[in-house]
Amino acid sequence: MKVSLEWLRELVNIKLDGENLAEVLTRGGIEVGSVESLSEGLDQVVIGQIKEMQIHPDADKLWLCRVDTGSALLTLVTGAQNLLVGDKVPVALAGAELPNGASVQEAKFRGVVSQGMLCSAEELLLDQSVGLERSEGGILILAPEAPVGEHVADFLGLKDSVLDLELYPNRPDCLAMVNVAREISSLTGAPVNLPKWALAEKLGDKLDLPLVQDVKIVIEDPELCFRYAGLIVEDVKIEPAPEWMQRRLRAAGVRPINNIVDITNYVMLELGQPLHAFDRDKIQGAVHVRRAHAGEVLTTLDQVERKLETDMLLIADEMSGLGLAGVMGGLDSEVTSGTKRLLVEAAHFAGVSIRRTSRRLGLRSEASNRFEKGINPYGVLATLGRVSELLLEIGAGRPVGYVDEVSYLPPLAEVTLSVKRAGEVLGTEVTAADVKGVLDRLNFEYTETQGLFTVKIPSYRSDIQIEEDLIEEVARLTGYDLIPTTLPAGDLTQGMRTPGQEIRRRLRQVLIGAGMNEVLTYSFTRPDTDRKWGKAEQRIALMNPLREELSVMRTSLVPGLLEVAVRNLSRRNTDVAIFEMGNVYLSEEETLTKLPQEELRAAGLAVGKSERHWLSPVLEYDFYYLKGVLEELAKEFGLSFAYRALTGEELLHPGRSAAVYLGEQRIGFLGELHPRTAKELDLERAVVFEIEVQPLIEQAGTQVLVQAIPRFPAVQRDLALIVPKETPAAAVVAKIRSLGGELLQEVEVFDVYTGKQVPEDRKSLAFSLRYQSLERTLKDEEVNELNSRILEGIQQEFAAEWRK
Amino acid sequence: MALCQIRVVPRVKSRPFRGMGFFLGSWVNMLINKCNEQGRVSYLKEEVRRIEGQALAELEKAESLEELQEIKVRVLGKKGSLTAMLKRMGSLSPEERPVFGQVVNETRDRLEQAWAEAAQSLEEQALALRLEAERLDISLPGARLKHGHQHPLTKVIEEIEDIFLGMGFQIAEGPEVESDYYNFEALNLPKEHPAREMQDSFYITEEILLRTQTSPVQIRTMEKLYPQLPVKIIAPGKVYRKDDDATHSPMFHQVEGLVIDKGIRMSDLKGILLNFSRRMFGPGREIRLRPSFFPFTEPSAEVDVSCMLCGGSGCRTCKGSGWIEILGSGMVHPKVLEMGGYDPKEVTGFAFGMGVERIAMLKYGIEDMRLLFDNDLRFLRQF
Repeated sequence: MKVSLEWLRELVNIKLDGENLAEVLTRGGIEVGSVESLSEGLDQVVIGQIKEMQIHPDADKLWLCRVDTGSALLTLVTGAQNLLVGDKVPVALAGAELPNGASVQEAKFRGVVSQGMLCSAEELLLDQSVGLERSEGGILILAPEAPVGEHVADFLGLKDSVLDLELYPNRPDCLAMVNVAREISSLTGAPVNLPKWALAEKLGDKLDLPLVQDVKIVIEDPELCFRYAGLIVEDVKIEPAPEWMQRRLRAAGVRPINNIVDITNYVMLELGQPLHAFDRDKIQGAVHVRRAHAGEVLTTLDQVERKLETDMLLIADEMSGLGLAGVMGGLDSEVTSGTKRLLVEAAHFAGVSIRRTSRRLGLRSEASNRFEKGINPYGVLATLGRVSELLLEIGAGRPVGYVDEVSYLPPLAEVTLSVKRAGEVLGTEVTAADVKGVLDRLNFEYTETQGLFTVKIPSYRSDIQIEEDLIEEVARLTGYDLIPTTLPAGDLTQGMRTPGQEIRRRLRQVLIGAGMNEVLTYSFTRPDTDRKWGKAEQRIALMNPLREELSVMRTSLVPGLLEVAVRNLSRRNTDVAIFEMGNVYLSEEETLTKLPQEELRAAGLAVGKSERHWLSPVLEYDFYYLKGVLEELAKEFGLSFAYRALTGEELLHPGRSAAVYLGEQRIGFLGELHPRTAKELDLERAVVFEIEVQPLIEQAGTQVLVQAIPRFPAVQRDLALIVPKETPAAAVVAKIRSLGGELLQEVEVFDVYTGKQVPEDRKSLAFSLRYQSLERTLKDEEVNELNSRILEGIQQEFAAEWRK
Repeated sequence: MALCQIRVVPRVKSRPFRGMGFFLGSWVNMLINKCNEQGRVSYLKEEVRRIEGQALAELEKAESLEELQEIKVRVLGKKGSLTAMLKRMGSLSPEERPVFGQVVNETRDRLEQAWAEAAQSLEEQALALRLEAERLDISLPGARLKHGHQHPLTKVIEEIEDIFLGMGFQIAEGPEVESDYYNFEALNLPKEHPAREMQDSFYITEEILLRTQTSPVQIRTMEKLYPQLPVKIIAPGKVYRKDDDATHSPMFHQVEGLVIDKGIRMSDLKGILLNFSRRMFGPGREIRLRPSFFPFTEPSAEVDVSCMLCGGSGCRTCKGSGWIEILGSGMVHPKVLEMGGYDPKEVTGFAFGMGVERIAMLKYGIEDMRLLFDNDLRFLRQF
């Protein structure tokens, strides 16, 4: 809602300037988005009239104009080609700082001095709402009646500040100037000066005009139209509206059209009730308020033919549609220069229907906005009274009678407020006098008995329905600053994370500690890549995605990571080790009837290598890096993962990928991208993993039990073997363990070698074995014996050869 | 080298003097006893002096511990030249032997000491050389210890969680794909309510959508905990709205808060949020409440914190006002309490919700929200 300060001052007696008023409103809960001074940058721009024009002697694209600015005759050079002698134009005098930031000085153009500048609409930052005459193709040409020598800002009604209110949906009343004035009066105590039509309930719901019989209104759908009233006007004379009215409309961002349309818009802005004027001579028979028929079309005022649906509310005569109720009038019944008789509509349509219609047609208007948010049902007739008054005042027509069909009038609300409870809810002392003060400033009627107020809520404040709403009014008008700061007085509570929350945090820390960077990607993704990595058959699609790339809920975290990796590599970030922890969304249903499963996963990706460093070796990411990360993760939670070769994978390297198991449960995978996949994405040698988090949470060891540090010395032995290449090291380790018995405390692979001295189909594995007893010092002989038993066993099982 | 000379040279000079004393003391005996023996003794003594002089000179010149060792073996060893002098003592009279033996032993002692000093000096020299040789360029960077970085948003969420955990809150969670009922209806936003337009939603079906706020967790928590009191939770999580520009992301994060108990007041809301603001943005921060509107709270308040950059005097970040809006809040609407199973006549409550992106942007001076989801490692590594 754009509020002209000049207009507002007529309705409420305030001295505050725009900025201060904005602060008062904002602190009172009506947020002011901006305060715009309409004349900013225009104080040195005056109206001039072109007296003579000639082509520049040295440039045939430039004109030399002699321009009368009232006090002087200036020579101005312009390149514009749209001027004629006699035109009224804006002249920026030397020294002007224009709204677009340009500063104007005397300047020579090919030897001729220009003593200022003729301005275009763009240079003055004027938009169409200002009601420009001709502005295309060059200099802005003002209306012929523009007074020479005066400021352009004055002529265009720009000596004003406009506050742009950003209203919450609970305050549709502030879409009317009179209610903004009331609000300011409540907040500041300044007295209001409202037209009597603003006091709807007091007027008795009738007009001082006869109810006419020859115009019949038929509300066919009382669910969608609660009331339909019309003012009948004769002897209409279409002219431009008076300057003051046009100026106020422009300030509010509404384009003046003619006196009739302008009056309807003016009254809408003033009182909040949308109005529409039909040319009565174009209405045939009774006016019906009905739903559109199937296949019905209507050409609206903006000359667009609209295909209507059967739940859209239409104003129609016996023959055809006259207008889309509450949204936009029809072209055929439009008021034109030849219009003699009017039906001015003031109605109460159901907001729901208006919203649906305006949304579906993509057609929003000042009227539809007000209906959607809710109008004052008691103000309908009063508004027509105001229209009638203005018609007479400016001589635009003669109101002769009215019609009024009511199907439903909501009752006025009465709300009780307990002073005690107000204090309890706010946590501050509230007295009956405080409440009285607030209700008086709001101008609400009330009765009080023993701290209990019964308040009559005026029809324009439909947002106040329960006691808490009044408590808010009390807090708002006494000031939220008066509420002290306290802490809840109840029982002490323990703040703690659940085990699952704790584990998620630790998981994140382990991955970070292992050198991986956390990323966050969108939960919705591209269907094609998600299909590859996730479970297309369990995927959920959005009904109304922003765009195709964000149209399905992810079923895998991997595509997001791949995208991040590609983006980073393309920006020459060559060391990419990233992870994400987040949900995937799975459903067995094709059309959801219940909420889907949200499965928490952790996924990681590493590609490239660390930057060169003068000391530390360059780390190239590979399968074993991520496997190490997973092992570290398992260790953190007292678990161990098993890795089993994957078969039939198309996305992963068949020889460098594994399914990750926790016990017998498969929880995810780990692997290098298949060279084909890698090539497609330009992610050579990238490795990824993705695991479910919930199994970790369920099985994580919650307690560390310390093992005693052995008191007796350990004996260390190394064992190097040459085995067939395909022999898994883990199998050899397992065999060594089982042969070593309880004295063998630890087995580690410390070297893997292929190459010289090892046959091509074989590899060398070197293990370090640690023998130790908790009870005694081991003898060399028994260790030797154990070691040779292990060696023999291994040699047999794996066709291994001892490498001395 | 200089040190070595200072120590060794004076002893070399004192030797003739002490030798002279010795001569004077035995002079009478020598005259009385054998004249030719006297000649032999003095010859041997002269020989010892010569050995000592030469050894000292060599010690002084020696440049390595190996050389020193060689000298030691050659002079003082079992077959060394000084040791050999003792063997020649047999030719002397019994009276002369101890005297000469003493001369040799004293010489040995002196040489051993000189040797030890020379050795120490050489060791020190060697150490000094080593230290010099081992000098590092301490300006070079240290070894690379690789660790990753936490995303600024999860970092801020954890920080918020910790602050509220410290105030006795628990962390509640709810689904991101939510029913219309929990996301809207139970929060006093019936279908066709104009306030639904404040949030443009992503729908999956007519009844199921991506939650537009963390507020549905309020209802879910109440349903789960009823009739337990007090309820004191925060609920962090992802939320989704159909916006995408420099200041809006279609997915973003909120932290919801809910407290319900007998006698909860709006002043308690103010107290908790003041505590939070000071922990989050610095001890000097103040907050102010402004009337606002949310369908699920009444009264409702927007909460501003005094600008953490200018301290309240006005700057670009706070647009000159000294205040920055950080969250929305209010007293839980009676209808919402009812929806959650609690009796609004018995209990009251407050709720609040904050945007994590906004807080992260304020905290770290991030100007474009899109950076938070771009995941450029040059950005992420700063956290």
